[in-house]
Amino acid sequence: MANGNQPLIFEQSKPGRVAYSLPELDVPEKPLEELIGTEYIRQEKPAWPEVSELQLIRHYMALSRRNFGVDNGFYPLGSCTMKYNPKVNEAVARLDGLTKIHPYQDEETVQGALELLYRLQTNLEEISGMDTVTLQPAAGAHGEWTGLMIIRAFHEANHDSKRTKVIIPDTAHGTNPASASVAGFEIVTVKSDKNGLIDLEDLKRVADEHTAALMLTNPNTLGLFETHIQDIANIVHAAGGKVYYDGANMNAIMGMTRPGDMGYDVVHLNLHKTFTGPHGGGGPGSGPVGVRKELEPFLPEPLIIRKADGSYGFDYNRPQSIGRVKAFYGNFGINVRAYAYIRTMGGKGLNQVSRDAVLNANYLLKRLSDEFDTPFKQFCKHEFVLSGSRQKKLGVRTLDMAKRLLDFGYYPPTIYFPLIVDEAMMIEPTETESKETLDQFADHLIEISKEASEHPEVVQEAPHRTVIRRLDETRAARHPILRYQPASKGE
Amino acid sequence: MSEFRYLPVTEEDRQSMLKTIGVDSDEALFSDIPEAIRFKGELNVEKALSEPELLNFLSGLAKKNVSTGDVPSFLGAGVYDHYIPSVVDSVISRGEFYTAYTPYQAEVSQGELQAIFEFQTLVCELTGMDAANSSMYDGSTALAEAAMLSSGATRKKKIIISETVHPEYRQVLSTYAHGQHLDVVLIPENKGTVDLAQLEKAVDDETACVIVQYPNFFGQIEPLKEIETLTHSAKKAHLIVSSNPLALGLLTPPGSFGADIVVGDCQPLGISQSFGGPHCGFFAVKKNLIRKVPGRLVGETVDEDGRRGYVLTLQAREQHIRRDKATSNICSNQALNALASSVAMVAFGKKGIREIAVQNLQKAHYAADQLDRQGIKIVFEGPYFNEFVIDCGKPVREVNRSLLKKGFIGGYDLGRDSSALKNKMLIAVTEMRTRNQIDQFAEALGGIIRG
Repeated sequence: MANGNQPLIFEQSKPGRVAYSLPELDVPEKPLEELIGTEYIRQEKPAWPEVSELQLIRHYMALSRRNFGVDNGFYPLGSCTMKYNPKVNEAVARLDGLTKIHPYQDEETVQGALELLYRLQTNLEEISGMDTVTLQPAAGAHGEWTGLMIIRAFHEANHDSKRTKVIIPDTAHGTNPASASVAGFEIVTVKSDKNGLIDLEDLKRVADEHTAALMLTNPNTLGLFETHIQDIANIVHAAGGKVYYDGANMNAIMGMTRPGDMGYDVVHLNLHKTFTGPHGGGGPGSGPVGVRKELEPFLPEPLIIRKADGSYGFDYNRPQSIGRVKAFYGNFGINVRAYAYIRTMGGKGLNQVSRDAVLNANYLLKRLSDEFDTPFKQFCKHEFVLSGSRQKKLGVRTLDMAKRLLDFGYYPPTIYFPLIVDEAMMIEPTETESKETLDQFADHLIEISKEASEHPEVVQEAPHRTVIRRLDETRAARHPILRYQPASKGE
Repeated sequence: MSEFRYLPVTEEDRQSMLKTIGVDSDEALFSDIPEAIRFKGELNVEKALSEPELLNFLSGLAKKNVSTGDVPSFLGAGVYDHYIPSVVDSVISRGEFYTAYTPYQAEVSQGELQAIFEFQTLVCELTGMDAANSSMYDGSTALAEAAMLSSGATRKKKIIISETVHPEYRQVLSTYAHGQHLDVVLIPENKGTVDLAQLEKAVDDETACVIVQYPNFFGQIEPLKEIETLTHSAKKAHLIVSSNPLALGLLTPPGSFGADIVVGDCQPLGISQSFGGPHCGFFAVKKNLIRKVPGRLVGETVDEDGRRGYVLTLQAREQHIRRDKATSNICSNQALNALASSVAMVAFGKKGIREIAVQNLQKAHYAADQLDRQGIKIVFEGPYFNEFVIDCGKPVREVNRSLLKKGFIGGYDLGRDSSALKNKMLIAVTEMRTRNQIDQFAEALGGIIRG
């Protein structure tokens, strides 16, 4: 990575430089004041930079060299499924016929786009075991909220107004309670047992006539399969609630089992995780939602359908729909990439993906289990959680080890999550990594643990080889500087 | 299993790894899935294709669509055909950017963090606001989140929104409002802009916010000055403005009129139409609301050696810390599209944004003049930016079919949303349309409407 500060683009500006080119205005020009009231004509231009095209390119190339993606190296960030993002996906997503189309064009002029979306929906229905899928939600959390609004509409349609609570395990990702809250529910926490699975007795205690739904990913956020999933679903169903599948961990189970077979009623899938949509530095994602037949009337509108004559179109005639969750039809460009991936792998390939993801995770877990505390004994699925509690006693925190991994050229695992494991380190290698990469990573992490006892300061003061060292986050939050102002120039 | 090019584990690796784990077969790793719920056989998804077959198949699907690259388009209504500088795709194609996650580990994410910091600054400058976040899913969800912020901050439930706001944005707001038990009050349109008399009646001390669009869904420039006065006559109420960011290159920014929150979609600045997504919502606020903003914020700070650097900040607002008490459930946003838009904004620069906005304004007015000459009625008389409404006198769907035969993608059918607007068409004219195309379009449309 490049060293030294990269000046802000605003600091490289010089009046008179441009990086765009427009044809001359070819229509007669009228005075602005004739067209818009004077008060509404902008007096002061935005203080945007003025740079040449090469300056612009060098700036962003410099920034890219100060960033780390899956293309740069191993990225075992737990719960994020940082697998390879295939190049052919990028090529097809950029086809003119897929990018230069407007959402309000006549149906007849976008048959290819509609067909692609319909095919994707159908494939996702098969993979999830659900009856109908909508592609409208823009990301995982958006899908969670959509799914919960569907469940809410279902209970309302049954005049079951007491169902105001959503049960969420104490291991859950923060979006689960946040989405439930945005959908207007109260949150009830269900505990995990000593094996890292849902405590069935606690679930029986909290599931009652107020239960709207249980949100649960499987494998759960510890990377463990909830073996009693049928019992769990039965308990919630017996109480009159619905069971919601957070698809963040779908990469572990494709072709092995399906949410529909496990007893789930509503599913969201993260196409930017399991189905190789690139993470883009934090999006865009895509979070389709699938439901069982009885919940289908409540799906957002429009749905994409295949008509009797074989053509494709929109179904807006959905009187019980929760309404729209987003303008237009979802993150189409990401859906194109996911479709390209499914067509590359096929049914057998997707199953092999999950088999290899689980094999890689268990292998890496085994390689690290002598050096680190492993809180759970069950085989993991696509990811696992280590505890840094042994190293903590030496004065080295999990955060320190994560920072030290940066020096070895890795993006560190997810840390301090799930919240129930002390000094947690959550590792998800994915199926696209080779045994050699896993071996090297294990060797390096073990080496760092040895450093923790022999030269703890090396770990505590890491990173040493990055463009910048640890940043003062407290200062950033106490005195927020959220935009450039000439006065805020660094030393 | 080398038949799958994304899967590197060989049969030899597999055997050796299973041996290390201490099992005979990978089936043992799945033994915790009860037999009753094991999936039997192979998933019945479409069959796998090689790379050449896949390219061929998807190119075929793409060709079934009519592309605005081939047929001049006069369709807008929230999504527009604009000039995208080549540098945009060059930058967002860098693997360091597009294959990275949210920049949690700041030391190896300075590039993304700095790019977002610059995006936040560009948006503040354009909207005239104090702070902007790193992006939202799109303009519609940004608007709904703004209403929720407002309701939370004012502890009031009444959301007033003008009928001249994009109908799909209003629908998305309704969905969110249902979950949050908010009361949405719709103010009707009068001569193309919000009915000020009705607005005045509606605003009271129970009001959380007033939401308008600028320029509005019909392209008209809402009287923000009067709207601001009415809104702030109530005790705490916020003024929320949804804006086309390109228009703000030419129009007085909402911040200057005293808006509390400005949202919108960056699509017109560097993002392709892509059948409606992914685009990129933006969210900008006045200083007093910074700690209530949804989503990621990047802040400047220093490292241990005093070097300037950037981090995700004020994270105590966010779902991964606050869980059900978070300001929003948003996690993934639209980072790569915010980067695309940043690159376009930088490429246009101070001079370009104005020039493009002026071209849109002038070409739209030229087009309206040509249509007027054809005897077509321009429905609203007020000032507008790059969109205006015409009366076709017959179903817009039919008119558009005839236009397509003559080689044009016509405007948006306003009758879709309201029977009062039957036969009315919303026409958008951007800098991409040449005088020639506009002339021919006017002639074709005139012929169809008269015919």
